[in-house]
Formats: sequence, C-alpha cells, structure tokens
Amino acid sequence: MKFGVVIFPGSNCEQDCYYAIRTVVGQPVEYIWHQDTSVKGFDAVVLPGGFAYGDYLRTGALAKFSPVMRAIADFAKKGGLVIGICNGFQILAEAGLLPGALLRNVGLKYLCKFEYLRTETTHTDFTNLMTKGQLLRIPIGHGDGNFFADSETLERIEDHDQAVFRYADAHGRVTPEANPNGSLNNIAGIVNEQRNVLGMMPHPDRAYESILGSADGKLIFESMVNALVTK
Amino acid sequence: MTVTDEVLTLHNLTESEYQKILAILKREPTITELGIFSVMWSEHCSYKSSRVHLRRLPTKGPAVLQGPGENAGIIDIGDGLAVAFKIESHNHPSFIEPFQGAATGVGGILRDIFTMGARPIAAMNSLRFGPLDKQQNKRILEGVVGGIAFYGNCFGVPTVGGEIYLADCYSQNPLVNAFALGIFEKDKIFYGRASGLGNPVIYVGAKTGRDGIHGATMASAGFGEDAGAKRPNVQIGDPFMEKLLLEACLETMHKGLIVGIQDMGAAGLTCSSCEMGARAGTGVELDLDYVPQRESGMTAYEIMLSESQERMLLVAEKAKEKEVFEVFHKWGLDAVTVGRVTSDGLLRVRHHGQVVAEIPNGALADEAPLYQRPLLPPKATLSSRLDDHSFLDGCPPALIETFLSESNDWNKLLKLTVASPNLCSRRWAWQQYDHMVQSNTVVGPGSDAAVIRVKGTKKALALTLDGPAYRVARNPREGAKMAVAEACRNIVCSGGRPVAATNCLNFGNPEHPEVMWQFSEVVDGMAEACSFFFTPITGGNVSFYNETFGGDIYPTPVLGMVGLIEDISFVTRSSFKKAGDSIVLIEPVTRRVGKVDLEDERAVQNLVASAIRDRLVESAHDLSEGGLAIAVAECCYSNVERAAIGAEITIPSHLEVRKDLFGEFSSRVLLTTRKVAELRQRAEQMGLTFHNLGKVGGNRLILNYESVKLVDISTDELESAWSGGLPKLLS
Repeated sequence: MKFGVVIFPGSNCEQDCYYAIRTVVGQPVEYIWHQDTSVKGFDAVVLPGGFAYGDYLRTGALAKFSPVMRAIADFAKKGGLVIGICNGFQILAEAGLLPGALLRNVGLKYLCKFEYLRTETTHTDFTNLMTKGQLLRIPIGHGDGNFFADSETLERIEDHDQAVFRYADAHGRVTPEANPNGSLNNIAGIVNEQRNVLGMMPHPDRAYESILGSADGKLIFESMVNALVTK
Repeated sequence: MTVTDEVLTLHNLTESEYQKILAILKREPTITELGIFSVMWSEHCSYKSSRVHLRRLPTKGPAVLQGPGENAGIIDIGDGLAVAFKIESHNHPSFIEPFQGAATGVGGILRDIFTMGARPIAAMNSLRFGPLDKQQNKRILEGVVGGIAFYGNCFGVPTVGGEIYLADCYSQNPLVNAFALGIFEKDKIFYGRASGLGNPVIYVGAKTGRDGIHGATMASAGFGEDAGAKRPNVQIGDPFMEKLLLEACLETMHKGLIVGIQDMGAAGLTCSSCEMGARAGTGVELDLDYVPQRESGMTAYEIMLSESQERMLLVAEKAKEKEVFEVFHKWGLDAVTVGRVTSDGLLRVRHHGQVVAEIPNGALADEAPLYQRPLLPPKATLSSRLDDHSFLDGCPPALIETFLSESNDWNKLLKLTVASPNLCSRRWAWQQYDHMVQSNTVVGPGSDAAVIRVKGTKKALALTLDGPAYRVARNPREGAKMAVAEACRNIVCSGGRPVAATNCLNFGNPEHPEVMWQFSEVVDGMAEACSFFFTPITGGNVSFYNETFGGDIYPTPVLGMVGLIEDISFVTRSSFKKAGDSIVLIEPVTRRVGKVDLEDERAVQNLVASAIRDRLVESAHDLSEGGLAIAVAECCYSNVERAAIGAEITIPSHLEVRKDLFGEFSSRVLLTTRKVAELRQRAEQMGLTFHNLGKVGGNRLILNYESVKLVDISTDELESAWSGGLPKLLS
C-alpha cells in the first residue's frame, strides 16, 4: 500500500509521518511536492503538520490553493484515503474537504502536551482496528486547534457519527476540564460524510513507539493499511 | 569625511582604535569603512576583552571535530555521525523588544547550526528575569517565552529543555541564551570559507532592510534611559522564511553545489563576507547594487551593516551557479550573485559604480584590538545569608523571612517552597514550546537533562543547560566549577556520558575591573572543571555590557553540556518509577555548600553511571536548589508515563532540620533501586555515604525526621501548588 506525504512550504512533520509509515508500519511511502498536479499511484495521502506558508494569514488559507490540493480533492471524491494531521486538518477544513474550522485555542497560547482521545466510532478507515470508546494517548502541538462549526453543521457531524475522536480524561470521561483548546463537543478529529477523509489535531506521528511516551498513534496508520488491504 | 570625536563615539570606537584603523588603511576611512570597522571590532564580534582569557579553556578532545572559531562546535558521536551545537546570547534585543528579541535569538542560533550542514534536531534556552512582582518583568518574560515559541515551533525544531531563573539584578537586563544542536554525517561538514578564485558569492534568503543596523554595537554597550529609542535596532524574525532557507541550503549542500557558506547574523553582510575571506585567505568583492533590498534609497553603510534576519551568504563553484539558483527558486527564495572571490585578500565594496570600501579581510576578522583589561576583586560581595538556600534569592522578602523564621509547620513550608519563584514548575513556559516535533524526544523539558534518540542507531543524546548564577556571584571560580559539575551530573543521571560543552558567558561591563576579575575567575574555574571531566568547550559566546543604569548583573556563565547515551535502554528518568522501589541518597562523606570537590563529584558520578549500566537503578535525580525535600517532591510529580505518586522517607539528621531538609550540599543524587544491598556495597566501596531513606508508594509525601513526622501531604495537593506557582506569579 503506497502512502504519499505532501510537503507544503513550511510543513515540518513530513519526516515524522514518513518515518512512522515506513519504519514502524512498514509500508512504502513517498513525498509529494505541493506543486504536483497528480497523486496517481498513491493509495493514501497524508497532509502533515507544520506551518504551511508560515500560517501568517490564517492556517491553511494559502495552502488550499496549492496545485496538489485539486488533485487531492479528486482523489478523495473517488474514495481515496486522506488523513490531515494538525496543520493538515486545518488545510482540509479550509479547502472544504471537511466541515468546520479550527480557531485560536481558548487560552490563546500554543500547547504541546499529551492528551487522552476517546474513539467515538470504529466505522471509519482510520479506526477499524480499535474498539468503540478505546482511549488513545496522543499528543497535541498547536495554537489553532479549537474546532468550531455552526450549530447546523455540528448537528450534522454528530448525527452522521463523524466525530471520530474527543478529548477525554484518563478515565475516558469527556469533560470541559479535559478539553485543551475549547473545541466544540471536545472534538479532536472528524471524518467527512463518505468517511474516507480524516482530520485530527493530535499527532499520531509523534506517538508510534513506546519510547516516545506512547505507541497508540500507530493504530491509526495500521487501520488505514487494514482498510486498503480489505478493499 | 571628517572623523570627529562625536562620530567615533557614535561608533563605539576609541581614539586609539581609530589610530589603528588609519595605520591599516594608510588613509582616512570612508564612512562605510568606519561602520564596517566599528561592527567588526565591537566587543560582540571581536571578543577584544575576553580573548586573552578564553585561551585558557580546554577545547580539544578525542571526540572534537571542530572547536571554537567556526559557526558552531562539532563532536563525533560514532556510527559515522556528528553533532554541531552552540549557545548564544540575545540579551540586549530581548530587553528592548522581548518577543522579537528572543525570536531572532532562536533564529540566529539555528542558522549557525545549519550553516555547517547539520539539520537542527533540538533547541534549549536559559532565561533570566527580574522578580515577577514588577509588571515590566512579567511583560518581558511573557514576551520572551512567546517569541521562542513563535520561532522554534514554526521552524520545526523541538525545544526540549532549559531553565528560567529570577533575581533582582536581571530586572533591567534579562538574559536570553539560546542553544541549538544539529546532526549530520561527519564527512559532510561545511565551513564558512570563500575559496576558489572567481567563484560567485551568492546572497540568499530575505531582503535587506534597515532593521538591526548597529545591533552588534548595541550589544556592546550598556543601557541608559534611551533604551526605548533603540527599539528600531531590533530585527524582526520570520521563521517560515528560515525553514525554507534550511531546506534549500541543505539541498544545495547535499547536491555538492557550494564550497562555503555563512549566515548573516551580527554585523550582517560585513561579517559574513570578511570572515569567509579571512578564513580562506582570499578577497571578496561585492557589488551592493545587486543586493535584494526591502527599502529604497539605502546607503552602502546601511546595506553593509543591516542585520535583517534569515539571510545567508554562500560561495558556489562557478559552473554550478545556475543549479544553486534553481534550488532556491524551487523553495521560493531570492538567490542573487552579489560578488566574487578574488586573490587580493581585500573586502572591496562597490555601490552605484564606485568603490566605497576596501579593507584587508584579515584586518577586520583577526586584527581587532586585544585588551588585557585590569582585574580587581570586588570589595563588597553578595551576603552569605542565603548560602544554604540559594533558591530564595529573587524571592519576595516576606517569603524569605517566613522560610528562615522559626516556623515549624513543615507541611505549609514545603508547599510554600515548591511554589516559590525559583522552584515552581516551568510547565507554563515549556508547554508553549513544541518539544515533540521530529519524534525523537524521549525525555522532554522539566527533567535533569533532555534526552533525544538518534534515529537509525541505538544511541541517544542527553542535553542540559546549567547556570547557577547565585553561586557564581558568591564565588565566581567555585560557582563555575559547580556549573560544570552539575551539568555533568545531570547527564550522568539521565544515563549518559558527558562529551563536550558550549558556554555562554554573560557579564557586566568589562571596563569595570571587578567584572573582568569575575570573568577571569569564571574562566579559570570552568577550565579546571572541564579539564577534570574531559569535557572540552567547543565554542560559545561572550556577552558583556549586561548593565543598566550602571548596575552590573551577576556574573552568569551558562553551560550547555552534550552527553552521549550509548544504548537507549540506559535512559533513566528523574521521576520515581514504581511503588515499592527503595529511595536512596548518595553523597560524599564531607558535606559542602557553595563549592565542589571534583574528586568527590567524580566518585558520585562514577557510581551512578556504573549502577545505571548494570541495571541497579530505576530513577536518578540530581539534588540542587532546595535540597533533599525538593528533590523528593520533584520525583513524585506526574509525568508523561504516570500520575503523581507518593513516598515515605526518613531524613537522616545531621545539623538542623531546615538544613537537612532544604540545604543545598554539593554532589548529591537521589536514586531509586530494587537492589539496595548491591547498591550500598558499591557506594561504600567507592567511599561514598549511602542512606536508605524509604520507599516509593501511596499518594502522600511523608517526610520523617528521626522519629518525628514533619511532612504528610497529598502529592496531588503538592503538585498543584508547584505547577500553579508560575501562572500565579504572572496573573
């Protein structure tokens, strides 16, 4: 299963994704340059974290105009697997491939720390190896991770079981105290209605080996492989 | 041009320095030349007051591939790999404009690392501020932390450790010392050399503006009431641009397109061009009309002295000029040939078709005046009142009195102490730093030493910064030895072997004989301890003129130590691991405060190192500020692996309760083990004192003293006092 990791100017987690997929998950992976106009030959595409175009305007606002984004939109429409992590999630939201938006954290500060995520659904190509309610320890690292959607959109997300991960405490309770950034309904990650595009603020690409504090992130990449193999 | 006294004063040049310039040029300098001399001969660039002393530091060792004199020092870590690292100050800009000052400090040190071909994989910072009861100090601290986060996070380097310390003397003069470390293959090192006659000199990165003109001269003078007016001298950082510059520079290096490269840091285009020429023994000819400019109407003087950020100067092979451009254009960056390498050894600058400067490169880079400034031990020294409890320095007077009073509510005192300004958690700061990007962070901020693994090997690197300013202020020579000893101890406790160090020497005005005496003493202390532990100094930075309104800061050397962990399975944390583990204290037979016996220190470190290697140790924590009680408390707090955990220990009585609990004796470590007898035997064989204090477990911290229970407190309660300390001070 061939993964592609997109590099925008200012991406800075592309090497982490590449390493996790190649060395830990053991799948072939190649970089995709943001000016490429095709993602042909790839089975899954990763939009990594970072600060595409410096995030000086608004996160993801410039990256969505990169030529590769048109190709990724087509790829997603045809059912291709796309995962956007952190800045990648912001870009997917900005490009309209996922609903909602990521606002400034309520504390107004960048936050880097481990969080507990509760798996809300296993009916996605990213969580099929987990059990419903399974807690994952995966770190965040962002200043703009406050998930927001208007009430109608939010209702749709919840009705269609699109909220994949929520911030929770160590006991799996979804509480305001466990919410690091003010995200509505403690949402940490969502899928699109077709369930083949995932955006998440926490970094599975920083939690794929126990030496890093957790290996839970590996499950997400492995679920993708599992989905591709069984397709 | 008439060079009046006023013109010289504006350029921070003395009459005798001017006479030297006349002798070199054999004519009067142009205004551009005068500007060039003034920055290259500034204290910041030339080390004119410190060089005679710095020669006494050990700089060589079997692992050292590059010592001082280049952009960064380099050591061999085996497996064909090397690391480049360095620490540098950005104190003056951070006082004037905290956010941008700190941000560009991070940017500068990162460029020093990737200039050599290494990819930065870790950053740390050592910060000093005045007490936070003053609004201005709060603003400076928040700005500095925000600036470091802004730059490092976007650039994509993990900020894995550091220290923040508060004391009165930093109120008008904060210290911002930034450390960075990068990794590369040891046969792929690049140097700042302009070699190859006729080769193009290429300017890459951001455009040149008027920002930062005379930054280096500003960093070479103290501040008075006009500090605010110097704000335009501070540069603005663009970490996104720097990230692109990193990728583009590394790509040209890997493709073998360039022969030399240097970043434009202090003294900008001037410093990079003349230093590259001087190192290669060549001349460099620049035509400023080609320099990309952000503002119109800039003079040659301004272009040569601008310190606009995110710029590099490189020398490419003539035939590969086009390929270099292609790489930079791919990353969306400016790359322009602005000159060429010549054989005459001169820095020749043209502007609008006229030669505006023509100076021998060697005169600028190597012939700066050298001063043997007078030394004099200060008459008044810091009071010895806080010697046993140095963490109190910088605390509000009321807290000091409460602590030193005859109070015997030890629960309350411990809670107060863990929340005190110099002991409370720095999490508020380091949570704003991305410390996990690049997925190598094994032990992040808040531990004795940070640990990052080296992908593709079974090794890891241990990194620490230490600058015990109070100790140095009390006794510069002993304090400097203590800094080295503590840095080595931190590395050893994390499972590593100290290999080499970089130093940032922050001092007051070198024209004060007392300051130069402190400097000389610190260098001697550091030289003695670094020789003793075989940890050469591979480079660093001197920052003088840290004074405002005539008051000098404490002499503040900060040591950045790099250690190698041969096998990642040796990595040891400071936190307690598991209920039931025994807690033991190891110390030399003789207790010392404010000084260190190097032989004793070595014995303690050897014991810890051998015990870790032989798997006798579960956790290891070095005892420093706040002594035993604070060290035990720190081991109980929650970490990435577990929730807070309790402990019950009995503290051996020695002198008096307060000292036995909180006294800061040198060369002590707190270990946990499941093999008490074996560890005891080994410690006693090495002539060390071994105390079996108690056990890890439960959810309360209980401290007994002889048969009296002094402290019994829930670890959650203690931890929330500790972690709430800094946010409370800032609110």
